Amino acid sequence: MKSNMMTVIRKELKRFFTDRRMVLTTLLMPGLMIYLLYSLMGQGFSSQFEGTEDFKANVQVEALPESIKMAWEQDAPFEYTELTGADEKEQALDALAKGEGEYHLVAAFPENFDAEVAEYQVSSGQPAPAVEIYYNSSNTDSQTAYGMMQGMLDSYESALANKFDVNPEGNQYDLASEEDLSAQVFSMMVPMLMMAFLFSGCMAIAPESIAGEKERGTIATLLVTPMKRSHLALGKVISLSIIAILSGLSSFLGMMLSLPKLMGGGDMINANVYGIQDYLVLLLVILSTVLVIVAVVSIVSAFAKNVKEATGWVTPIMVVSMLLGVTSMVESLCKTEPVWFLIPLYNSVQCMNGIFSLNTDMVNIAVTVASNVLYAGIGVVVLTKMFDSEKVMFSK
Amino acid sequence: MKELLQVRELKKTFKISAKQQKIQKTKERIKVAVNHLSFTAYQGEVFGLLGSNGAGKTTTLRMIASLISPDAGDVLVDGTSVVKNPGEVRKKIGFLTSELKLEEFFTPNYLFDFFSDLHGVEKETAEKRKRELFDKFQISKFAEVKVANLSTGMKQKVSLVVSIVHNPDIIIFDEPTNGLDVLTARVVTDFLLELKAQGKTIVVSTHIFSLIEKICDRVGIIIDGTMVVCDTLEHITEEKSLEEKFFDIYAERAGESYEK
Repeated sequence: MKSNMMTVIRKELKRFFTDRRMVLTTLLMPGLMIYLLYSLMGQGFSSQFEGTEDFKANVQVEALPESIKMAWEQDAPFEYTELTGADEKEQALDALAKGEGEYHLVAAFPENFDAEVAEYQVSSGQPAPAVEIYYNSSNTDSQTAYGMMQGMLDSYESALANKFDVNPEGNQYDLASEEDLSAQVFSMMVPMLMMAFLFSGCMAIAPESIAGEKERGTIATLLVTPMKRSHLALGKVISLSIIAILSGLSSFLGMMLSLPKLMGGGDMINANVYGIQDYLVLLLVILSTVLVIVAVVSIVSAFAKNVKEATGWVTPIMVVSMLLGVTSMVESLCKTEPVWFLIPLYNSVQCMNGIFSLNTDMVNIAVTVASNVLYAGIGVVVLTKMFDSEKVMFSK
Repeated sequence: MKELLQVRELKKTFKISAKQQKIQKTKERIKVAVNHLSFTAYQGEVFGLLGSNGAGKTTTLRMIASLISPDAGDVLVDGTSVVKNPGEVRKKIGFLTSELKLEEFFTPNYLFDFFSDLHGVEKETAEKRKRELFDKFQISKFAEVKVANLSTGMKQKVSLVVSIVHNPDIIIFDEPTNGLDVLTARVVTDFLLELKAQGKTIVVSTHIFSLIEKICDRVGIIIDGTMVVCDTLEHITEEKSLEEKFFDIYAERAGESYEK
């Protein structure tokens, strides 16, 4: 009868792997969709930035000062037209407000701008000469033109009072290595995403396997066999964990391959900074985490009368797990003392954070894995009791 | 004759929820489903539990099959207590009820092997038994068809076959012919008689008088969870038909509520 657990595991795996729809939606689609989605998003962001570099704004300028005119003639970031008279300015502002015409902004300089600027003393307490830049924030090009104009004028203002330079050209000031950049990006993003992927993988199969069997009356057929309830519970938890891990790994693979593209890091961000040892430790953490999640989702599913009810109850737990995932982004919430690693799910997030930051603490990993296995064991005991409870199994 | 199944003073109560109280228009918070019910089934006989819907037949059978536990009393299955050792009891009985369903994704072939494994039946024995039962119930042709694609009658046959993969000595059938077409019902009743001839002990619950008359040796009539008559079919039908006798007893027990 000891092989009963294996019989249940084989049945659950056969049920899953011979159902093409389940394999497609739970194993292949998550990884593929994440890869495509992140890659496309990354491409979209990149093309937006590249587009900004090539972008040349059309601006209308009132009282364009000679100093700026000279600068623009040398290296003009704008196509500009000079406004003559108040009427023309009014018409230009009206067209800009309506989003009509080819111009992206109107810049109005004071008359005698150069002279006023030359005479102006900061210590005088008088208001400085003001440049007005009119733009339309509902238009992306106008917004971009505004940013460019503001940046250009800021640089000009700095150049006028050039007392010192910060990071002059010709030197490498950002000392971050490829490893540091990758670690920062992955440690911020991956733990939260991984928790979501693992949970959604469990949600796709566990309610169907337990609440679904209850709903359809097939679990009662198992309960009249001599199989021990503990074997049934263990068989379910182990088989569901195997599937959930495969689903989680599919998402993980898709994410690791596409995250550098999403972050626009190009060659600077890639998953090669992690060694085989890092991945093995990560696998251990994921494995123990999945056991906990499967145990929780299975217990909730056993309580529920049907799949719909089970999914409804599991969703808030998934939200909580994702919130715990966010703790990897907040430094003050990232604890390093081993006692914190007794908190289920939080411990997994922090372990993943450590692994991806290249700061793996093996004591905390051990505490996490051991406590997760213990919690999953308690979950199996609870599930066994539930399978033995007529109130739970046969309530209508 | 050997007493293979001894049901002793079984009692089962259920709590009635506020919602059910409203539906049933009652203020009672507890329903006594089975009230100190006792009977014995001997080796090689068919024992029939006869009663109306809600009389407590299914609850009694579920307690015998160890799916639910009694509040009081016990059942001895070939000497093994269902209260103390439910796992052992499950090895000795085959239980079939319409509430037990098969996973529709699998084929009869796979399900037979799966349940044989769970009952610890040797591979060779299981294969031989599968061939016999599949041939008898004409399942062989559909052995590799998913249960979802089988007819209701064929599903019922597969359920029956799967419930006795381990060739148990005691077989409990709850409403064995319920919802079956006449042909399948005939196959099932003939099979029950065949099992009886093999020396198996069979307990069936039903409200179909003709089925009881056809296959049962002894009958227990249950009204409101209480066994009001437990005797041989021959004795019960000495003066009147089973149907007439049942309604006489029912009128006597239920009184005015029945007359209305």
